[in-house]
Amino acid sequence: MISSRMPFASVVVPAVLIAIAILVPILHLSTGTLPTYAVSLFGKYLCYAMLALALDLVWGYCGILSLGHAAFFSLGGYAMGMYLMRQIGSRGVYGDPILPDFMVFLNWKELPWYWWGMDHAWFAFPMIVLVPGALALVFGWLAFRSRVTGVYLSIISQAMTFALLLAFFRNDMGMGGNNGLTDFKEILGFDTGADATRSALFSVTAITLALAYLLCVFVTRSRAGLVIVAIRDAESRARFCGYRVEHYKLFVWTISAMLAGIAGALYVPQVGIINPSEFGTGNSIEAVIWVALGGRGTLWGAIVGAVGVNFVKSWLTNNFPEWWLFALGLMFVLVTLFLPKGIAGLLRLGGIDAFNRKSAAAEAGEARS
Amino acid sequence: MTSAPRTLSRRAFAGIAAKGAAAAALLPTLSLGAGQALAADATIKVGILHSLSGTMAISETTLKDVMLMLIEQQNAKGGLLGKKLEAVVVDPASNWPLFAEKAKDLLEAQKVAAVFGCWTSVSRKSVLPVFEQDDGILFYPVQYEGEESSRNVFYTGAAPNQQAVPAVDYLMNEEGVERWVLAGTDYVYPRTTNKILEAYLKLKGVGADDIMINYTPFGQSDWQTIVSEIKKFGSAGKKTAVVSTINGDANVPFYKELANQGVKATDIPVVAFSVGEEELAGLDTKPLVGHLAAWNYFMSVDTPENAAFIKAWHKFIKNDKRVTNDPMEAHYIGFNMWVKAVEKAGTIDHDAVIDAMIGVSVPNLTGGYATMMPNHHITKPVLIGEIQGNGQINTVWETPGLVVGDEWSDYLEGSKDLIADWRKPMNCGNFNVKSGKCGGV
Amino acid sequence: MLRILLLAFLLCFGLSAETRADGFDDGLHLLGGKFDDVERGVVILAGSGDQRAGAVLAALQDNRLMVVAGDPPSFFIRQADDSLLDAATLQPAGDAAAGAKAVRVNNRIRRAAEAALGTLNLSSPNAAIRRQAADAVFKARDGEALPALEAALAKERDPDVKAVMETARAAIFLANGQGDEAQRLQAVETIGRRGDPDALAMLRNLANDTSASIREAAAASVSSIEMRQSMLARVQDAIYGISLGSVLLLAAIGLAITFGVMGVINMAHGEMVMLGAYTTYVVQTLFVTYLPDAANWSLIAAVPAAFVVGGLAGVILERTVIRFLYGRPLETLLATFGISLILQQAVRSIFGPTNREVTSPSWMSGSFDILDGLTLTSGRLVIIIFCLAVFLGLLAFIRYSRFGLEMRAVTQNRRMAASMGIRTGLVDALTFGLGSGIAGIAGVALSQIDNVSPNLGQGYIIDSFLVVVFGGVGNLWGTLTGAMAIGIANKLLEPFTGAVLGKIILLVLVILFIQKRPRGLFALKGRAIEA
Repeated sequence: MISSRMPFASVVVPAVLIAIAILVPILHLSTGTLPTYAVSLFGKYLCYAMLALALDLVWGYCGILSLGHAAFFSLGGYAMGMYLMRQIGSRGVYGDPILPDFMVFLNWKELPWYWWGMDHAWFAFPMIVLVPGALALVFGWLAFRSRVTGVYLSIISQAMTFALLLAFFRNDMGMGGNNGLTDFKEILGFDTGADATRSALFSVTAITLALAYLLCVFVTRSRAGLVIVAIRDAESRARFCGYRVEHYKLFVWTISAMLAGIAGALYVPQVGIINPSEFGTGNSIEAVIWVALGGRGTLWGAIVGAVGVNFVKSWLTNNFPEWWLFALGLMFVLVTLFLPKGIAGLLRLGGIDAFNRKSAAAEAGEARS
Repeated sequence: MTSAPRTLSRRAFAGIAAKGAAAAALLPTLSLGAGQALAADATIKVGILHSLSGTMAISETTLKDVMLMLIEQQNAKGGLLGKKLEAVVVDPASNWPLFAEKAKDLLEAQKVAAVFGCWTSVSRKSVLPVFEQDDGILFYPVQYEGEESSRNVFYTGAAPNQQAVPAVDYLMNEEGVERWVLAGTDYVYPRTTNKILEAYLKLKGVGADDIMINYTPFGQSDWQTIVSEIKKFGSAGKKTAVVSTINGDANVPFYKELANQGVKATDIPVVAFSVGEEELAGLDTKPLVGHLAAWNYFMSVDTPENAAFIKAWHKFIKNDKRVTNDPMEAHYIGFNMWVKAVEKAGTIDHDAVIDAMIGVSVPNLTGGYATMMPNHHITKPVLIGEIQGNGQINTVWETPGLVVGDEWSDYLEGSKDLIADWRKPMNCGNFNVKSGKCGGV
Repeated sequence: MLRILLLAFLLCFGLSAETRADGFDDGLHLLGGKFDDVERGVVILAGSGDQRAGAVLAALQDNRLMVVAGDPPSFFIRQADDSLLDAATLQPAGDAAAGAKAVRVNNRIRRAAEAALGTLNLSSPNAAIRRQAADAVFKARDGEALPALEAALAKERDPDVKAVMETARAAIFLANGQGDEAQRLQAVETIGRRGDPDALAMLRNLANDTSASIREAAAASVSSIEMRQSMLARVQDAIYGISLGSVLLLAAIGLAITFGVMGVINMAHGEMVMLGAYTTYVVQTLFVTYLPDAANWSLIAAVPAAFVVGGLAGVILERTVIRFLYGRPLETLLATFGISLILQQAVRSIFGPTNREVTSPSWMSGSFDILDGLTLTSGRLVIIIFCLAVFLGLLAFIRYSRFGLEMRAVTQNRRMAASMGIRTGLVDALTFGLGSGIAGIAGVALSQIDNVSPNLGQGYIIDSFLVVVFGGVGNLWGTLTGAMAIGIANKLLEPFTGAVLGKIILLVLVILFIQKRPRGLFALKGRAIEA
């Protein structure tokens, strides 16, 4: 069922994203119909969408259920946070030109080595992909080489996130402990609070998401992409066919982690804080739910799922503060029960029965491994 | 080999349509917000930003209820400036970035006159840039580490000098304590408080050998090792006390372990800064009698104001077993101050109210007055209480006068030269008295 | 200082019975004043030797002494049944007690009262009270108690109590520089035999003693105690580790069934534990209301109740949600995560967001010394035993009962089991109910050491999964080994690295271990792993 033509969505999704990347700043800055509040909120949703995209790449296409993507997201966020923190310079409350405020009042005398260079964008921005990428490479190399799969991989990826959460909570780590990094002033010389910067950040996020989407389309449509799907459906068979399964897995896993890192980096200046609770295991699970809800294995489904769930969550926490958890929980249960293919599946329903049957077989195959 | 995900057919178009629909759904809500703002002319909106779910719900839900009660009472008295007050409750769900998002929503979409909210330091840090940017007003009701003074925040909880330092003085003078365990959860409030206390104790001639500092993660539930270390540390022949800055949730297992290991208050008293009636409600306090709490309000305080407050609270919450605690009093004070400042300014305009706040004085629940100082902190009495068998805390000592909250600690290297004064002409949150300049250095 | 002088004064001049009675009244009246006055009053009461003093001091210590202001104020003792006795006559108080308020005490007063009672109670007819009194004297180490102690020692027949009294006397000798050299040397030996941190501190203080022989004896004793203590510390850590391990095991064992045997990733497992803890709270409340005499045993009744509640919740969950998701383990994760959100919020709505109080029964409070300075709290011991009982019970149930047989059959080959006439649907539901019910039981135990709050389950879910995966999915012995290994390793690391770093190191170790053995400690072998 592989169609040789470009799928419709791979044109439409980037087109829509670029359209809103242009439209939103216009609506926000010149006409003022969009409040700043909404711009930042949608920017946040798009960051989540990119995280969902990254997760869909490994889970939907390679069958690796990661419960640790929040870790890559947060590491990217921290790299950006460190850059923004250094940009504060002497505008901190203590006016120290080098040390961030939290170091001053905890009596740190000098900047730890891992903060060196983070005041330069040319150094800090590559770190956004390199740090999560490196962690993913090491973790993946260990895990895939020794053929840790399925639930085991999920659980140890969760353990990894939890260990990072605890580590970043420690004040001795020099990352601001529980409070994390906050009170940013400017990014690349622009005031982070200014409306224009907010709009620009939104546009950058939307465009980056479009690019990330295209990258994912490219990866999944490439020859390697075919092997990756083969690995998802029958890992042993792919291995017996002579493919180096762990190399393919490591490749897609690392790309996914880097994408998650970029998502985190774009997220931080828009929400204004990065702290260890972003590593929380609940966050990773929620990201999985966005993907499941949107439709696992369809790239645009992941985007729709992330934006949709978060929009509903924002709306519920405002309008039904006492009841939103019931609604959200019920939504997860009902979608899992009645929409096993997510929103994407719902839109396809009634179309190709054969498709459903085949993918059900694929699911069963995966469940067994 | 199936490659289901790649079969994006024309049906994908429907997906795009769905996305469009989601975006379209956003627009009405936005305009809905604007519509509410228009309709809101008849009422004054008050934002309540406390977690109703997640880990902090345990402490913060009560504060939401107390705010609803205070607003109801004010409306019964005829409202404010001839208008009714309207509470806008949102749930930031113990999620720190969500605090910032909700704060933005309250200020920009709902256009609230003031926000009462936050509990943890990180939630306050998260919303701080939002309040400064949008020039909002936040009342923060919880004891905290200090080292902050924002033009847009009014700190109605205790600063370290209104809690920690007097507590240590009490233990030193009254109990003759010579050896100190500073035990806390590893986050900024205990870290700062312990830094201050360490400097203070050393100033008082306590040797470094006689101070043990211990940090534990949030939600620590296994205290066996630490309690036995405390026991060991305390058996060196000198009178020992524990100064606990352990965070809410971890306290119950900590006290349970203390009780089980037989650490009695007469041997090693524990003085805590985050333990109040609410936390004790989950505990059998009989083995804990005599352990101490340092705060600015206890439910057991015997004044007519307090009796009236408790009565109103029980009636509002429809449960006469519910306790009252210090942050509730802080909201009581903060709300009354805000009401008074609005009446004084004659408007809810943020700038006018912020200027009018300084110097406002309202009765507290312990029989005195709380005054808003130019550094946006308030005056408080400091009470030292002992835990009783019935879950209450009885005052055993209190400062003779009121203590002014000290935002920049004198005992910390970085902040000893700083002061805050939000009156004109200084109008600065971090004025350096040595250099005579605003901005830290 | 004041009270030592006062007491010395009283003792030296051998006051007559007459003045002693006055002493009682004087002391009593002081109890109505400020803390300084109260403390003086306690000392005077203790020195009065009056029969009533003991009752008054005990009441003062327990916050049962009431006062009606006046000149002089009158005092009353609140009895266990809330009736009041006149403190001066020890007769039931009439209307005079109206408006009585409790005398305010603080730790200083409690300590003074405890020390004073120690001296008074040394001659109690009850051996247990005498022992307690001697302990109090040991703790206070007041030279003033020496004469009373000597007198009591001369009369003492019970060898245990006598030993405690001798230790107390030795402590007084060493702390106050009393006694001659031979007595002090003997005291060093007695204290050295105690071998605990208290003894260590006392002996260390002798480093500057005037007598060389005492200095040497003390130094020798110190080094031997130190060696013992550092060895004992490791043993203690290991015991703490077993205790932590059994908590982990309790939390994980239900998961070992739902996840390990059935392959359901039950994110709502923690909430089943929480339901068990809340059941404990409800059962306790019912006992206090309807069966106050048996309240001490409500915890026992809570065990089956929690099993039923957890099990029922599990069966409902399985029948309504999970049975539609078999063969899709990762989707059970999503659905059960939703369930866990709903359950948390439901409990929050019903019971309120604040902690609920579950009291520890008397048989679970306190601690006992295993060896010198090596203590284990009763609560922890009960949990260890309880945990092992649950584990062995479960093991036997699965091994020997018919249901256990059917359960294993369904797990191993569902189709074959079905064709043998086993109702697989029913077995699934009951298996899930069993796992959830055991999670509920775990909640009963956790209510004793942790917060009973809606968030209770969240704290254990990651650890539980880790234990099951580490031990090897589908193997209960693996779960036991995994829990104990993680618990003990955690506690052995903690003294060196601190709680947080220790946990991080442990997580990394487990991750690395899984690389080495991708299917856990006790992996199922053969084709089964691919099925």
